[in-house]
Amino acid sequence: MSSPRIVPVGDAAILVEFGQDIDPAIQAQVAALAQILEEARHPVIREWVPTYRSIMIHYYPSLAPYEGLAAWLHDRIQMARGQQAVSRRRVTIPVLYGGEMGPDLDAVAAHTKLSPDEIIALHQEPDYLVYMLGFLPGFPYLGGLDPRLVTPRLATPRTQVPAGSVGIADAQTGIYPLTSPGGWQLIGRTPVKLFDPEREEPFLLAAGDILRFRAIDQNEYDSIAAAVAAGTYEFTAIEPDYQAGS
Amino acid sequence: MQHVHVITPGLFTTVQDLGRVGYQRFGVPVAGVFDTVSAQVANWLVGNKGDAAVLEITFAGPTLRTEVTLQAAITGGQLQATLDGKPVPMWQSFTWQAGQTLAIGNITAGARAYLAVSGEGWQVPVVMDSRSTYVRAAIGGLEGRQLQAGDQLPVSSEHPPYTHRYLPQAFWPIVADEICLRFVPGPQTDHFEPDAVEKLCASTYTVSQASDRMGLRLQGPSIVPLKPDIISDAIALGSMQVPRDGQPIVMGPDRQTTGGYPKIGTVITADIVRLAQARPGTKITWQAVTVAEAQELAKAYVDQLYRMQQVINKEIAGRSFQVQIGDKVLHSFVERLH
Repeated sequence: MSSPRIVPVGDAAILVEFGQDIDPAIQAQVAALAQILEEARHPVIREWVPTYRSIMIHYYPSLAPYEGLAAWLHDRIQMARGQQAVSRRRVTIPVLYGGEMGPDLDAVAAHTKLSPDEIIALHQEPDYLVYMLGFLPGFPYLGGLDPRLVTPRLATPRTQVPAGSVGIADAQTGIYPLTSPGGWQLIGRTPVKLFDPEREEPFLLAAGDILRFRAIDQNEYDSIAAAVAAGTYEFTAIEPDYQAGS
Repeated sequence: MQHVHVITPGLFTTVQDLGRVGYQRFGVPVAGVFDTVSAQVANWLVGNKGDAAVLEITFAGPTLRTEVTLQAAITGGQLQATLDGKPVPMWQSFTWQAGQTLAIGNITAGARAYLAVSGEGWQVPVVMDSRSTYVRAAIGGLEGRQLQAGDQLPVSSEHPPYTHRYLPQAFWPIVADEICLRFVPGPQTDHFEPDAVEKLCASTYTVSQASDRMGLRLQGPSIVPLKPDIISDAIALGSMQVPRDGQPIVMGPDRQTTGGYPKIGTVITADIVRLAQARPGTKITWQAVTVAEAQELAKAYVDQLYRMQQVINKEIAGRSFQVQIGDKVLHSFVERLH
């Protein structure tokens, strides 16, 4: 494991880069540094943004010289080496596949030469890693899609994709946290809100989480949707003790 | 709660404070005022804290009528404003009586202006620790969007007695048609030709019409990246990302949190306010600086901001002078020493 590259981004941000690949082991280093920053609460740091292979730290340029903060980061990263692996949360997202909720399931079946049932089974199989959130508030970039499910984007994007839609675009799968235009092939929808600015914890997911999809039927979809609308839905499928990074 | 009525909204007017800090890791852009100096000054002029919510006005201002007597102040890009038809000056507080109509005209120099009101500003709901509007995801501000005719903007019903406050002209930012922006090269200079930074510094770019709060798109000599994509990483305010066409985009407050274009440099903190006031047609030249130099400039910038606050609050006494040299008028402020 080589030392990370630490470089300035202007006078108010630092980039710590752990590699040049999309790789769960590199993401584990990113997650470990995020954990260090969370615990340290360094007074000159405004916030940090973990991504696939790096983390950007935004700070107050008039309060901390770059060299000092870079050295602090370097030391903290060295100290954390070899310590226990980062703990990851496990999140299960209920999905109603196909039909009105997944209007492109047949198109994905035609492209992949799999049956809709096979697609639904393969999509639920992996432990997906939430590499980062971006593109839209709460939008997860997930790693781990079965290569057999790879399907290109729609030739013409939809002007409106409903919030909760679960889709595939090339080798990625994802969930739309809010209604927006989009070109992903939609195979299902979750009644759970990934993003709700009114909620105490507005975001359901965070970078580093492990995510699974679970197929539900129309009845369960309706009851979850009703509970979400009433504000009584309790998201119980989060377990904090999964060890990753191996 | 009382209200200010929006009679005409202006071109693109939004409620903004100093931004939504701490949510970029969830994919939420910071948003917030683009010109943080003018916005904070407007707030200090009416007795607010610097981070109260103001209206950010773009190119053409709104017409507004208040139902409660307020103190108000307008700062930023140059414009004409009237209160029931009578001109009101910029960079100082004025009383906006209940029932009076404030008409804010077109910005003739610069791109953005700010309207602050007393009682800690526009009282729209706080969403994720901020009142800033992020239009693309309809977060914050007034229903997450730009103002529309017929809107009612909530304001406090409690306002302190009128205190005249002003910022001497020596402190007003100079808005020019040609600006030099200083930047720190990186973090992906290795994605470009070895002489790309030099080439950038030797060239003049023009701000294009397609610019907005997300980013200022520039037109000029192409700096084509050798490797056009990176694995998406985070984006800082002022970062200059360069897509395949080689035309840089300088990222603003509504920038997306992550992106896959290589970045050749990042505009320094002290120069963001000049970026904020650049308009389509503004000419930009570049100067590369080290991070240490940029941080010295950031310190000087923060000191100057603090000094402006003290002058507004009359904690520093002094006199303003005008000096005419040929047809040029210079403004200076001389502090009285104790």
